[in-house]
Amino acid sequence: MYYTKDHEWVKVEGNTATVGITEYAAKQLGDVTFVEKPVTGKDIKKGQVLCDVESVKAASEVYSPVSGKIAQVNGSMEEFPGIVSSLPESDGWIAKIEMSDPSEASQLMNAQQYGDYIRTIK
Amino acid sequence: MDELKKTPLYEEHVRLKAQMGPFGGWIMPIYYSGILEEHSRCRKEAAVFDISHMGEFTVKDALGSGIDRAVTQPVERIRPGQGRYGFILNEQGGIIDDLIIFRLEDNSLMLVVNAATVGKDMKVLGERMAPGSLADISSETAKLDIQGPLSREVLENVTGTGLKLPYFGCGYFTVKGRRALIGRTGYTGELGYEIYSDPDTAGFLWRELLKDARVSPAGLGARDILRLEMGYSLYGSDIDEGTTPLEAGLEYFINYDKEFIGREALIRQMKEGFEKKKIAFISDSKRSPRQHYRILSADKDVGEVTSGTYSPMLSAGLGMGYVEKGYEKIGSEITVAGTGGVRINARITGLPFYRNGSLKN
Repeated sequence: MYYTKDHEWVKVEGNTATVGITEYAAKQLGDVTFVEKPVTGKDIKKGQVLCDVESVKAASEVYSPVSGKIAQVNGSMEEFPGIVSSLPESDGWIAKIEMSDPSEASQLMNAQQYGDYIRTIK
Repeated sequence: MDELKKTPLYEEHVRLKAQMGPFGGWIMPIYYSGILEEHSRCRKEAAVFDISHMGEFTVKDALGSGIDRAVTQPVERIRPGQGRYGFILNEQGGIIDDLIIFRLEDNSLMLVVNAATVGKDMKVLGERMAPGSLADISSETAKLDIQGPLSREVLENVTGTGLKLPYFGCGYFTVKGRRALIGRTGYTGELGYEIYSDPDTAGFLWRELLKDARVSPAGLGARDILRLEMGYSLYGSDIDEGTTPLEAGLEYFINYDKEFIGREALIRQMKEGFEKKKIAFISDSKRSPRQHYRILSADKDVGEVTSGTYSPMLSAGLGMGYVEKGYEKIGSEITVAGTGGVRINARITGLPFYRNGSLKN
């Protein structure tokens, strides 16, 4: 698993990156009530907005941690958006991206670096 | 900015690890376990809220105090043991505050006002009423709200007495040997009670109520969703000195057969018509409309959102706002436009949004 400063996580399997928000982000957001559905088949660049996420407290944006084509979107989110905050790092994944440059993922933070980063912003 | 005030139950909230936040000059619990969880517990069982930030005034010599002209409520006609919702208006009919007036006894009243407006209300009412008739008891008065379909049963267990209060009725009850005033009112759309007492009694009640597994503590986050599902206005967001009760769709609470400051302006507005009108709308998605989002009708900007939320009961975004005259018709399709290109399709609807509450059980 890799992590971004904007609190997304990426799990890499072959050329596919599964993307979601971190436990930390989920805790900050509170119960998620709406996730804008990313468009399957769309090309996205690292750092571009993947989707909007809304919670009972705020609206925020999820940025794509990698570049590539949006291959799949979590179908559970539409009916059960709360899954993104209740199980953010497993069943609450947001999208799967076919990476155009897999080296981007390995440039992100690992679990320990992300843990250290969170402590600096607390 | 003055330091935020703490309610007498502040330590209880810290002990329960509440997420705290500022509201109306106070540091208040926003949520404990989670906003949606607390919302659900209030709709299904019972939830207790610390609402001690709200202001309370007492009025003695009610009929000689001049209050009847100072507020929209027909104070002389409120029977002892009853409360009425209404407004303090300015000469232009603008809402200085919304408030509940309880007639405690023949000649004594209690006014319940908003937290952020206590100073302003005291000043305005002080000018309108007989000297010495009005007293601000906010600092020595704590307020707990117990709301939810099980609230009567739960509160009867704690007070040890039957609560036969009608909707908007009030009365004194003894808790732990001390007197507390209980009003059958609320801000959630569920059966519920608002309890006014000294801080010690409130602390005792809070702890006793939470010993019952059917009662959850709930914060202002859940309270905002609950009140919005009923379409209740929040002072400072949905109504203020720039809106009249007619524009806000609250004419039901106005009695024209009595004198009150602002009455002429309201009658004039009824004759001449108004420029803006409050609407309620429900969206076709789970996306939440938010305060200050624009309201569009066929791409024309016609107004602004004053409150919005995601509603768990309706599984949709809903909100309230003001539109230019002519665009307020129920059933009309509107678009709510937010920051960053957010577009929400919505339909103007009647209130309340949520109609299955236990309010009048």
